[in-house]
Amino acid sequence: MAITNIKNLKEFSTVNERFEGAHLLCPGCAHSMIVRELMNATDDNLVIATNTGCLEVSTAVYPYTSWDTSWIHIGFENAATAVAGAEAMYKARKRKGTLKDPDAPVKFVAFGGDGSTYDIGFQWLSGAVERGHDFTYICLDNENYANTGGQRSSATPTGAHTSTAQAGRVSYGKKQKKKDLVAIMAAHGAPYVAQLSPNKWKSMAKGFQKALETEGPCFINTVSACTTEWKFDPKDTIHITDLATDSLMFPIYEIINGTELNILYRPKNIIPVEEYLAAQGRYKHLFKPENRHIIEQIQKEVDEKWEYLQRREEARV
Amino acid sequence: MAEKMELKEVEVWDGNYAASQALRQAQVDVVAAYPITPSTPIVENYGAYVANGYVDGEFVMVESEHAAMSGCVGAAAAGGRVATATSSQGFALMVEVLYQASGMRLPIVMTVVNRALASPLNVRGDHSDMYLGRDSGWIQLDAFNAQEAYDLTLCAFKIGEDLRVRLPVMVHQDGFLTSHTAQNVHTLSDDEAYKFVGDYKPHEEMLDFSKPVTYGAQTEEDWHFEHKAKQHKALIESREVIEEVFAEFKKLTGREYKRVESYMMDDAEVAIVALGTTVETARVAAQQLREEGVKAGVVAPRVFRPFPFDDIRDALENTKAIAVLDRSAPMGAMGALFNEVSAALYTTPNRPLVTNFIYGLGGRDFSVEEAKRIFKEQKAHADAGYITTPIQQFSGVRGPKLGFFETKRGK
Repeated sequence: MAITNIKNLKEFSTVNERFEGAHLLCPGCAHSMIVRELMNATDDNLVIATNTGCLEVSTAVYPYTSWDTSWIHIGFENAATAVAGAEAMYKARKRKGTLKDPDAPVKFVAFGGDGSTYDIGFQWLSGAVERGHDFTYICLDNENYANTGGQRSSATPTGAHTSTAQAGRVSYGKKQKKKDLVAIMAAHGAPYVAQLSPNKWKSMAKGFQKALETEGPCFINTVSACTTEWKFDPKDTIHITDLATDSLMFPIYEIINGTELNILYRPKNIIPVEEYLAAQGRYKHLFKPENRHIIEQIQKEVDEKWEYLQRREEARV
Repeated sequence: MAEKMELKEVEVWDGNYAASQALRQAQVDVVAAYPITPSTPIVENYGAYVANGYVDGEFVMVESEHAAMSGCVGAAAAGGRVATATSSQGFALMVEVLYQASGMRLPIVMTVVNRALASPLNVRGDHSDMYLGRDSGWIQLDAFNAQEAYDLTLCAFKIGEDLRVRLPVMVHQDGFLTSHTAQNVHTLSDDEAYKFVGDYKPHEEMLDFSKPVTYGAQTEEDWHFEHKAKQHKALIESREVIEEVFAEFKKLTGREYKRVESYMMDDAEVAIVALGTTVETARVAAQQLREEGVKAGVVAPRVFRPFPFDDIRDALENTKAIAVLDRSAPMGAMGALFNEVSAALYTTPNRPLVTNFIYGLGGRDFSVEEAKRIFKEQKAHADAGYITTPIQQFSGVRGPKLGFFETKRGK
């Protein structure tokens, strides 16, 4: 069952206590906000699989666990398949009558960072979605391999400095564009795909609930600001995320059945991407005169993407 | 309820069909698999059982072997019977997850139809994939023919799922020679087979919500060693359960399996140690040589892991010369089976002369005549009292004789 009372953040944040605060994530990491919100968005039992990454290494260090729910981690790439296997087992055992509590409602969820989702685990995610397992995959997108010290991923945006796409005397950081994984997952024909952000916690909770209630494979990309690798003060996580959504670097929208696109948040005052970039150390080098044109390029691409999303929403395609 | 299948007392099945029938009779809850030659017919046959109502469980055809084993791990942690099948490159692709399956102590059964590993690409049978799995923490049973592929697959569930064991189990058979060769197979009825295997007993399952479990935790230098030590202990100690299951199977069917299969070894002076179909070839050779007065015998590990260090030693310690046959490219070392057999024999007072043959790579035929020649060479070592040839030789390869290392003993 979905939790209905999501009007009050204070109440909502403590409605279920299934993810212990005692974990090893960095202070100011948005991962735990997103995970807690997912786990509070439903009263149902959860079977959660997690790819190797920040979330996994910080929450299940033997002999401790932060997870007061069924949880599994196999490798860097295969959480989607792990949870798909569990979901298949649930169906088989339900049919055969071997479940301890056959009436207990259950939802299957997989978490992965952008490294495991956009890159190394993409095939496993694609396969599990194509097969139509009833699960929700949530990508905690912090745009780099944060767990291993901040290397580039295919989710790293143009111009960001990472340890494997460095800004230097002759380089402005990552040269390639961020992969549009939301579009790719929508193209799978998944019944519910969305990009959500923890600063817009109500739309995030509603999106999670929609995904959990939708039968079949659902994919949600969430913005997870990374204090360590984006280089901002841990107290500013939500502020940085506000800049991300209000500059439209991270537009908030959903795509239903691969075609019906709805924009879920329209900033009243759209801010220039420059403000978002200036707040983070990873973009510091872009403000040198020789790199200024990259900021202009990013702004242009953000404008075009926003225009594209609006046109798709209007055209209902 | 799944439909039951009427089987004749003796069916003509190839190894693949035998394995797929055993999976069906065990009423597996989730089969997650990806097809690959020469094990493809196992999942095709199983797919036919699914399509015709003979299977109640889920059949998940994934997008790679890595995903197949990943799905198996997730399914097994959710508390039910799980199986898959693979070969060669597919086996290599799933190696990462093999270690994770055994580390999480999940009793998955995998039928492995042995095939060479590229490069060069080759679809024929050798033991490269089986050897690749030997440190993965799985129990590895080896079938020499279709009957054994059927029997051992049924036994595998009972061994792995025993709460004293809780480890994944592979059942190996030789690609094409076993997998695609139709032979007489004595069957069990569906009821008899299922009764033997028994109901799955969930343990620490993810679908018991009254008791949440965390699978796949992180350990570093503080706890990793203890986990691995416990896992090794469980694997070594599975010997007792393996023997119990084999004994129960014998009671039911009359067919006897041992951790080490000895043939004409009571008074054997020379022996061949081998795996897979070669065991039967060597047995025919031994039988023929006995008529010529050569006291030849054959020893074969039925259980490749846990390696039967004790029983191998006991079976071979009174021989004079032994040829250990490895059907896998040793790549810069002695063959793995040679090393393990030699290590077992090093602790005996007599320490027989042991040589190593690399043979049959990529499906190259191994004949009774060649087995006889190898036996006779052992007889020459035995008579001379030292190894008269290089210690490692290649059997059946083109070009000049290929051999490595000389003995320092006796000469």
